Amino acid sequence: MPEAALTDTGDILPEGTRGVVADFSADKQTFQVPWGKAMMWIFLLSDTFIFGCFLTSYMTVRMSARDAWPVPSEVFALSFGGEPIPLILIAIMTFILISSSGTMAMAVNMGYRKERNKTFWLMLATAAFGVMFVSMQVFEWTKLIVDEGVRPWSNPMGAAQFGSTFFMITGFHGLHVSAGVIYLITIASRVKRGFYEKRGGNYEIVEITGLYWHFVDLVWVFIFALFYLW
Amino acid sequence: MAYVAIADRDHDIEHHDPTTFITKYIWSQDHKVIAIQYSITAIFVGLVALVLSGMMRLQLGFPDSFSFITPNNYYQFITMHGMIMVIFLLTALFLGGFGNYLIPLMIGARDMVFPYMNMLSYWVYLVSVIVLLTSFFVPGGPTGAGWTLYPPQAILPGTPGTDWGIVLMLGSLALFIVAFTMGGLNYVTTILQARARGMTMMRLPLSLWGIFMATVLGLLAFPALFVSAVMMMLDKALGTSFFMPAIVSMGEQLDYDGGSPILFQHLFWFFGHPEVYIVALPAFGLVSDLLSTHARKNIFGYRMMVWAILAIGGLSFVVWAHHMYVSGMNPYFGFFFATTTLIIAVPTAIKVYNWVLTLWQGNIHLTVPMLFAIAFIFTFTHGGLTGIFLGNVVVDLPLSDTYFVVAHFHMVMGVSPILVVFGSIYHWYPKITGRMLNETLGKVHFWGTLLGTYAIYLPMHYLGFLGVPRRYYAMGNTEFMPESAFVLNQSITISALIVAGFQLIFLYNLISSLRNGEKAGPNPWRATTLEWQTPDTPPKHGNWGHTLPEVHRWAYDYSVPGYPDDFIPQNVPADPSIPAYDQGSHGPDHGTSS
Repeated sequence: MPEAALTDTGDILPEGTRGVVADFSADKQTFQVPWGKAMMWIFLLSDTFIFGCFLTSYMTVRMSARDAWPVPSEVFALSFGGEPIPLILIAIMTFILISSSGTMAMAVNMGYRKERNKTFWLMLATAAFGVMFVSMQVFEWTKLIVDEGVRPWSNPMGAAQFGSTFFMITGFHGLHVSAGVIYLITIASRVKRGFYEKRGGNYEIVEITGLYWHFVDLVWVFIFALFYLW
Repeated sequence: MAYVAIADRDHDIEHHDPTTFITKYIWSQDHKVIAIQYSITAIFVGLVALVLSGMMRLQLGFPDSFSFITPNNYYQFITMHGMIMVIFLLTALFLGGFGNYLIPLMIGARDMVFPYMNMLSYWVYLVSVIVLLTSFFVPGGPTGAGWTLYPPQAILPGTPGTDWGIVLMLGSLALFIVAFTMGGLNYVTTILQARARGMTMMRLPLSLWGIFMATVLGLLAFPALFVSAVMMMLDKALGTSFFMPAIVSMGEQLDYDGGSPILFQHLFWFFGHPEVYIVALPAFGLVSDLLSTHARKNIFGYRMMVWAILAIGGLSFVVWAHHMYVSGMNPYFGFFFATTTLIIAVPTAIKVYNWVLTLWQGNIHLTVPMLFAIAFIFTFTHGGLTGIFLGNVVVDLPLSDTYFVVAHFHMVMGVSPILVVFGSIYHWYPKITGRMLNETLGKVHFWGTLLGTYAIYLPMHYLGFLGVPRRYYAMGNTEFMPESAFVLNQSITISALIVAGFQLIFLYNLISSLRNGEKAGPNPWRATTLEWQTPDTPPKHGNWGHTLPEVHRWAYDYSVPGYPDDFIPQNVPADPSIPAYDQGSHGPDHGTSS
């Protein structure tokens, strides 16, 4: 962290319940973090409610649907010559997205160490994992739409709501990933250009980008559990 | 790792003032200009909604007399009136208008934390308003689904505006939510992170507590509306069946199957009930400051007032299904939601008692803002009490969908917040423009509005008990209704038109006082809060000149014994000879922070 961000006295902040009390009874600012980080946390809280509403609606609609709900492990099975392997594509996608969280965490670390080059490449790797994830999602959508004839309004395998909720929720999540890729590339190129060196070598933006990315990753875990495994 | 607060590094930052007319007044990033832009847009669109309500009243009071009000028009007017008043007027005015203006000034900041995003918030809001108003000019007109937009009827033929109106309405709502999120993130982060030295959370004026909690509610409740808007848009545009069950429409079996209309109601009211408090909490906060300032007395039970705001905010998320007792949901839910609903009465009653106790033995100045503030206590108590009727399942069942409900929610979340809006405009107008509003016109406006309000809404309670249904274009052969009901309807209509006329006096006052108003000093009401202590009136860009203010006391040091003036501004250093009322707070004077 840059010198300017330390308090004059270098106080050690209290922890636990006493820390919470100290935060909320303080003057000037409640949390000892930059504005952007506080705002990102609050935004993510709001976004949690959006995904929460989507997933709750999905569960309600699944219960109210009259036709049988297709078995996800069969629908999302993929065959490589032999027997179809259930959920193999989704497993790979999940693995990729979680790996991208790993590279993101390393990028944050390198950012605070002011290793501009490594930060840049790690962020780019994260973005590349994101692009791979979205491409596999495109493959999955194409397979469902073209090969199996699933549409948002109809579904030859059973309840129409299966397609509706699938396209809506994974689509909304895919938009989040795509937006995250653009965000990552923007910040990474600024890191590369030395934009943040001119601003006192402050690389907190890398961590803020990371917060968003980890959130999108976490949401996927819930979609995976509630849509594919159930 | 600690992070240095803005108050401690303000002197290191260069401040750039906008130079051209366009950056100063149009694409402005100054919170005060954005606040005024928000307010003017909201008041304009609110006037549209006022005209719509006048047309509805004409039809109800004098059925068959006005050929230009067809049944379709009537439902379109109802829908647009409700949606505009709740979202595009009240939410935007309280948070975008008052929130934007007051937050940085009251906490002693130079601006919001992200001014550019704040500017975007206004422009997206403006686009959402334009999209909404466009629906008046498209084929089929605006949607007539009622402001709650219940499916299946909202998107089926037979309801007016199912071609374009509903699509524009849903799009406009989605845009509004984007705008609100950009603004709301700013308001919350600014209050939490950009306060002046000595300004602790427990020294914030209650206005800010109300605005803060309302914004938090908005950030957590609007997602539900956003999701339901997306799903309904998909039902309408792609033919999915999220909210649409198997249905026969106009003798034809439609392709929909297996959706859940009640799911929409749950999502809508999970947003809709907190929305009531998004409108009410800022009103609670602002009125607390008006009462305290004009009664020259500290607010009674400041801490309780804060905790009550937090409690009401929390509880507002677990009461939503009290709007749905007759929806066909599981009846056992009614027990739970009636209980939580009645629990909300506790913190709300605490607030009402504290307002009354603030007045008790105060040095009450019956200025125009004070008149509106006191009137708010009446209308809010009144509307709150009828809420207890409707919160109970057995009482609600016969009263559901009658004029009793209309009277209840107009008293509690229409009239009451609007009275606070008026009071607050009379109160802060001198700071915004540097001139006072005309007091005589203000008093005429006040009495006309208050008495007219009661002339409109008291009889509606009675109509509701008679069983007069709401949302009906015409009553037809309803023999259970006595002749008096129709006479009352006429008298309500005449009162409504007169009240609308009184608002023209207010508009005239707003405009003419810009030029002719008596010059106001920096602090005409002798108030303690920081916005009255700015070096310039109206405050210039950056608000505070060279140095940020430093806060030494809470916001309510009125009539402190032993002090020559009857108020001590928040930025006046502590004097050991004067008792401090907020010993528990930490600030520069208590030695806990440097």
